[in-house]
Amino acid sequence: MPESLTRAVRWDTVVGALLIVLLLLSFSFVDGFGNALNLSFLIGNTLPIALIALPMTLLVVSGEIDLSVASTAGLSGAVMGKLWNEGMAIETIIPLCLLLGVVCGLVNGLLVTRLGLPSLAVTIGTLAAYRGIAQIVLGSDAVTDFPTQYLDFAAGRVGDSFLPQAFLPFLALLAVAAVVLHATPFGRSLFAIGAGEEAARFAGIRVKRAKLLLFGATGFMASLTGVFWALHYASARYDNATGLELSVVAAVLLGGIDFDGGKGTLGGAIAGVFLLGALQNVMSLLNVSAQSQIVVTGVLLVVSVLGPRVARQISVARAGRRAASAPVPKAPPTPAA
Amino acid sequence: MTHPSDTGPAPVLALRDVVKSFGAVRALRGVSLELFAGEVHALAGENGAGKSTLIKTLAGVHRPDAGHVLLDGEPVQFHGPGDARDAGIAVIYQEPTLFPDLSIAENIFMGRQPRRALGRIDHKATRDATAALMKRLGVGLDPDRPARGLSIADQQIVEIAKALSFDARVLIMDEPTAALTGSEVARLFGVVRTLREQGAAVLFISHRLEEIFEICQKVTTLRDGAWIAGEPLAGMTEDDLVRRMVGRDLDELYPKQEVAPGEVALSVRRLTREGVFTDVSFEVRRGEIVGLAGLVGAGRTEVARAVFGIDRWDAGEVEVDGRKLTNGAPSTAMAAGLALVPEDRRAQGLVMDMSIERNIGLTGLRTTVKAGLVDRGAERSRSLDWAVRLQVKYARIADAVSTLSGGNQQKVVLAKWLATDPKVLIVDEPTRGIDVGTKAEVHRLLSRLAADGVAVLMISSDLPEILGMADRVLVMHEGRLTAEIPRSDATEETVMAAATGRAA
Ligand SMILES: Nc1ncnc2c1ncn2[C@@H]1O[C@H](COP(=O)(O)OP(=O)(O)OP(=O)(O)O)[C@@H](O)[C@H]1O
Ligand SMILES: [Mg+2]
Repeated sequence: MPESLTRAVRWDTVVGALLIVLLLLSFSFVDGFGNALNLSFLIGNTLPIALIALPMTLLVVSGEIDLSVASTAGLSGAVMGKLWNEGMAIETIIPLCLLLGVVCGLVNGLLVTRLGLPSLAVTIGTLAAYRGIAQIVLGSDAVTDFPTQYLDFAAGRVGDSFLPQAFLPFLALLAVAAVVLHATPFGRSLFAIGAGEEAARFAGIRVKRAKLLLFGATGFMASLTGVFWALHYASARYDNATGLELSVVAAVLLGGIDFDGGKGTLGGAIAGVFLLGALQNVMSLLNVSAQSQIVVTGVLLVVSVLGPRVARQISVARAGRRAASAPVPKAPPTPAA
Repeated sequence: MTHPSDTGPAPVLALRDVVKSFGAVRALRGVSLELFAGEVHALAGENGAGKSTLIKTLAGVHRPDAGHVLLDGEPVQFHGPGDARDAGIAVIYQEPTLFPDLSIAENIFMGRQPRRALGRIDHKATRDATAALMKRLGVGLDPDRPARGLSIADQQIVEIAKALSFDARVLIMDEPTAALTGSEVARLFGVVRTLREQGAAVLFISHRLEEIFEICQKVTTLRDGAWIAGEPLAGMTEDDLVRRMVGRDLDELYPKQEVAPGEVALSVRRLTREGVFTDVSFEVRRGEIVGLAGLVGAGRTEVARAVFGIDRWDAGEVEVDGRKLTNGAPSTAMAAGLALVPEDRRAQGLVMDMSIERNIGLTGLRTTVKAGLVDRGAERSRSLDWAVRLQVKYARIADAVSTLSGGNQQKVVLAKWLATDPKVLIVDEPTRGIDVGTKAEVHRLLSRLAADGVAVLMISSDLPEILGMADRVLVMHEGRLTAEIPRSDATEETVMAAATGRAA
């Protein structure tokens, strides 16, 4: 049984291995993949997904989700452009935008925790609302003339390596998120909340506060991503980052974070992010049509939702445990209390 | 193993030399059992002995690794619980598995509701049939009520009603009485006797030995998955049975220590939750074990939940060691030294998919911390320490609690809360589903805690447990405290009279 248990938990290793295999194959067989410029493109384009995936992983582990992240990113980019046009100093604008992101996140969090609404529904609503506000703020303008040292930082590389400069702060954030999720009491309580919210509450865990905090942090990271996006692509428009939430969710699920909460590792999620990013990069290099790329991503999403479950199912069947946990074979119901 | 049925009528349902393992755990090792029509057969054994596994094998949930299931003397292969049901076997599992969003009536007649023309579900007939079942069991549950939010006892009653609704030839019941009080048990036994007279074969599991002696004619005993004995109960004593289960003589079941009560540790004043309980006031002193008795639905659990902060109260106040608790805040209650062992271990007590280690660790997230991080070494030794002290039977401490037997899960819940070193301990059905040996162990533990100055409030449906352990008995009836009976005056009669509202 120990052997099968580890097998069940180790979907994240599978994803990590897949990523390495893909990279090795691409270096060997895909023209233009290995040069520094392409690699920096790959990483730079994946960074926005990776940044948001950090808090999203924690959120999904706790059993919630935030689909409004891309809109929050777009909104903070739009506000940044607007205020810059108004002549405000960029040093003031950026903190304001981040604050705005926190507010967006807290609005989601309050709707979920105070009114008890499902986060999927709430954030589909705010997905539309935040994007709408972004359009009202900036209209169809594109603001491009941000200060050069900021643009250079967001688009630049470390020395003449392939690493984008922004990758270093990301690593720091990744370390923070990993420690929070896997080593702190707070992170431990997130797993408990996701796997058994009522039992978590009975253990004195402040479930609502934890969720509110996570939504706030997600808003913060989304707006940080929005700021990065506008600088990285030197363009603040209301429709920046449209659709990014799907990539984030797909990547996080691919990385083995259980949609029902309570399971997964941050390492797996980030491996999922870069697997998806690398795959898209390779497909572009191979001139795969946009439609086919979408199909591949879709298939991957299905695999990502099924993969960990199938892996677990197999190990469960091995240990003969499935039968015991579900006396009635169809749709095991939860106890009614 | 002998096969005594070579003459006489064939058993309705039987197991022969059945073996069943889960990985390295050998849950059943060559077990035989025969159920005859018109007979109630008990299955006895400690927690983890393999009783539930045996039942699931009979019911077609598990396929035996070796050995046979025999129906009317012929070997059969059930390919799932559906097959067993079609063969006339109704099963009440240890843990209720109701659909929370369906009504009680829908849960009972799931997939086989009475139909009207054009195949439409006849809701009225469904409801009436449910009401009739409830009447038979003597409970007043509304058939239209959704299953969500039902107490464990009520869920158990719905499961019983569901099993009865099949008119089965064989009725199998895995600890159906664990959460029930005396009067509900009496009703259930009345129904079981009628079924038996009508020729049904019944298999019954309970850790309350007096129930086994009251209703059963034969008993099969398991120990660590092995068949120990299958024999008539007539002429046996409880001690005989315990010896077969445990393999030795048992220490005293209610090892009550006399402790001089200290200062007031828990004080509840005029606590009211609209429509649930009203004007409840009581105190528990250090060193005291106070029993809280009452019928199912009297509001005992609800008071405990409010005191601990799970539900908000509308009026009144709660103090622990002179410190007022915040309304609706379990974390502050815990910080003040309060612990609650809740009644529903699967939903409230445990995170089923988490390991034993981490479940026990959940209550220590504030204390087993080093530099802001979880101190894994300390967490592991804290969990191991308590798992061992409560004699939890497990393969590895990192296994999910869902792989444990019911009684062992209950021990993990106890471990999780005792590990917080509480000043005031509220236990809601602390020995539900726990075998006699461990029950004595838990009682000894509670007694020792009280001697060390912990104030214990014990809610229990097991009246002998209350009478055996409590210094004082508080009795609730329909949301109000109706009596406070000192140990010297507490008897089954006085407590039941107050619980049923017959006396003040
Ligand atoms: N699905 C499972 N996976 C792994 N081990 C299991 C599983 N089901 C039962 N076991 C193990 O098999 C043994 C017998 O368990 P079982 O549930 O039959 O005990 P029980 O006699 O019903 O105990 P209790 O009185 O506590 O309900 C235990 O050691 C238990 O941990
Ligand atoms: Mg059992």
